Amino acid sequence: MLTDIERAPPTPRVALHNNPKFRAFFYQLVLLAAVLWFGYEFALNAKANLDAQKIASGFDFFDHTAGFGVSQSLIPYSEQDTYRRVFFVGLLNTLLVAGVGIVLATVLGFVIGVARLSPNWLLARLAGGYVELVRNLPLLFQILFWYLAVLGTLPGPRQSLSLFGEIFINNRGIFVPRPMFGTGTEFALAALLLAILATFCLRVWAIRRQERSGEPFPMLWTGLGLVIGAPAVVLVLLGFPITFEAPQLRGFNFVGGIRLIPEFIALLIALTTYTAAFIAEVVRAGILAVSTGQTEAAFALGLRRGLTLRLVVLPQALRVIVPPLTNQYLNLTKNSSLAIAIGYPDLFAVFAGTTLNQTGQAIEIIAITMAVYLVISLATSGLMNWYNAHIRVTER
Amino acid sequence: MKRNIFVLGVAFVLGCAVAPASAQTLKAVKDRGSLNCGVSQGLPGFSNPDDKGNWTGLDVEFCRAIAAAIFNDATKVKFVPLSASNRFTALQSSAIDVLARNSTWTSSRDTSLGLNFAAVNYYDGQGFMVRKALKVNSALELNGASICTQTGTTTELNLADYFRANNMKYEVIAFATADETIKAYDGGRCDVFTTDVSQLYAERLKLTNANDHVILPEIISKEPLGPAVRHGDDQWFDIVKWVHFAMVNAEELGVSSKNIDEALKSTQPEIRRLVGTEGAYGEQFGLTKDWVVRIVKQVGNYGESFDRNVGPGSKLGISRGLNRLWTKGGIQYAPPIR
Repeated sequence: MLTDIERAPPTPRVALHNNPKFRAFFYQLVLLAAVLWFGYEFALNAKANLDAQKIASGFDFFDHTAGFGVSQSLIPYSEQDTYRRVFFVGLLNTLLVAGVGIVLATVLGFVIGVARLSPNWLLARLAGGYVELVRNLPLLFQILFWYLAVLGTLPGPRQSLSLFGEIFINNRGIFVPRPMFGTGTEFALAALLLAILATFCLRVWAIRRQERSGEPFPMLWTGLGLVIGAPAVVLVLLGFPITFEAPQLRGFNFVGGIRLIPEFIALLIALTTYTAAFIAEVVRAGILAVSTGQTEAAFALGLRRGLTLRLVVLPQALRVIVPPLTNQYLNLTKNSSLAIAIGYPDLFAVFAGTTLNQTGQAIEIIAITMAVYLVISLATSGLMNWYNAHIRVTER
Repeated sequence: MKRNIFVLGVAFVLGCAVAPASAQTLKAVKDRGSLNCGVSQGLPGFSNPDDKGNWTGLDVEFCRAIAAAIFNDATKVKFVPLSASNRFTALQSSAIDVLARNSTWTSSRDTSLGLNFAAVNYYDGQGFMVRKALKVNSALELNGASICTQTGTTTELNLADYFRANNMKYEVIAFATADETIKAYDGGRCDVFTTDVSQLYAERLKLTNANDHVILPEIISKEPLGPAVRHGDDQWFDIVKWVHFAMVNAEELGVSSKNIDEALKSTQPEIRRLVGTEGAYGEQFGLTKDWVVRIVKQVGNYGESFDRNVGPGSKLGISRGLNRLWTKGGIQYAPPIR
């Protein structure tokens, strides 16, 4: 620091190799070149050795026929499809369990985190007990617990537990009726979209009115009423064109309806409850980080407890909560690869597992799998960083 | 499993990038003083650790025979348990010298995986096991069934072919290890458990009530199971191949662990060549003259090993079937030693 002030402006005569800017740039360049060279040598050497050992390499395998079945697929898939299709089947299954898991874990985590701070003794202790129990047991153990000890002990298909004769639960999964949309459903869909648009406009108006007059508007209930009510009215007017295809026991299993396989349910429950325990602690820490003065001030203004939490505490707590929350989202996504232990066909199981084994192309497949998890994680954290910047305190 | 695949994958990448393809397996094994043998994670009859941690089984004895031929000590083997999905990577990355893990010999494995299958030490076929209570008598009655299987196996592919060919629907749940698979089947997650028939017999022993389950008569595939080595080391390939042939030839010539000492005094030229009292055939492999004596004395011939591990002398009690010698109606046939 001192030298900066004392030193005269740099003379143009200083030798190039003594110029700090040049030196910094030069060494970075050397490092970059070394890294690139290392990578190049690595790839070249690997290729040469694979050829020497007569191990197949390259990405041609993507177009080969996979030939094996997959128990759950969001896109149409059959054994005659290619490994490329298998890749997408696995990717979508990973995204499904991670996406649903993140939403559920967030909701559950917030509820438990807030509950742990509740003045209600029993509620707070229950929440505390949950957190301590769940976050201290290994995740793999919990997945196996839900899969083998809970879902595995359900009765077989022929002795299914049945709810209202429509929903069936057995050790092959949960079967619910599948809605079949008849003609006229499009109108209900249009009504739903219109209602969402209307709710959005209404919200803008409500915020403006509140800023102007201070008068609040029951936005939540009005919005819910619109979004549920409008399509419902349209459906009733059209004579309810939606029918339900009930699952039926045929042969070994139930046929028809929508089915959630036990592997998915077990993985989802385990990931959700496990991550929720961590999120609950993150939420608790965030709320405790907001000084009690804020709460007291809100009470002094006459705000009720719920409103205080929603309008004063949570918005400030969110700034503390979001960065560690991102970590939990990333953990959940990566932990979903434990699916392989219970046979849920996620990306890791069907691509880095079965496909790798059938084709034997370890380098390519491991590299692709790493890249995919990296992209998913970077996208998640990018999104969360954007959200974090959005809610950050704007200091004036 | 997950971690294993990754570790192996990374080791494999590094191994490929740094070390040149090794063509000196025999020398490496001798220098190390022990043979690294890839086996299953526990399959009775083929490779299974007992309560004291001693490995037994047909594949295990095959590795012991190689060790006996090289070191004159059948115990100098380190067994590396591998799941179906990481076995080939382990061989490619030189983590093991030979893979004796009830693996099916197929053309794509022989070519694109950089492996060579040396021999067939068990001719098998894929079958189905179901609960007796389901009253199913044929695999053709399995339309719509849920089927448990192990991932990374030929089983998965045969299953798909069979159901497609017979126009039947099925649901497959593929697990990473044999234990997880059988546990899921035992728990009722699946109606059917499918794998090679020899394995069905072995895994049935692990079920809560083995007698409640029946193995269906259909055999839907050819599963020649045998040891594999890395591509590119012909000497090692020959050794592994001929250890199997030596055991089969010994059985054919009636040389067993019980009469090996008399065989050394035999005047029959075929037996003399086998036990090394005539010629020096073992030295052509880089082994010693008495290599077969070492194998038969310490491990036994093929028939002894079969009976003890999977045959009538074992808990599995599988009949020899296709694995009888060619002279007795089977297809186990070995080229002559001369």
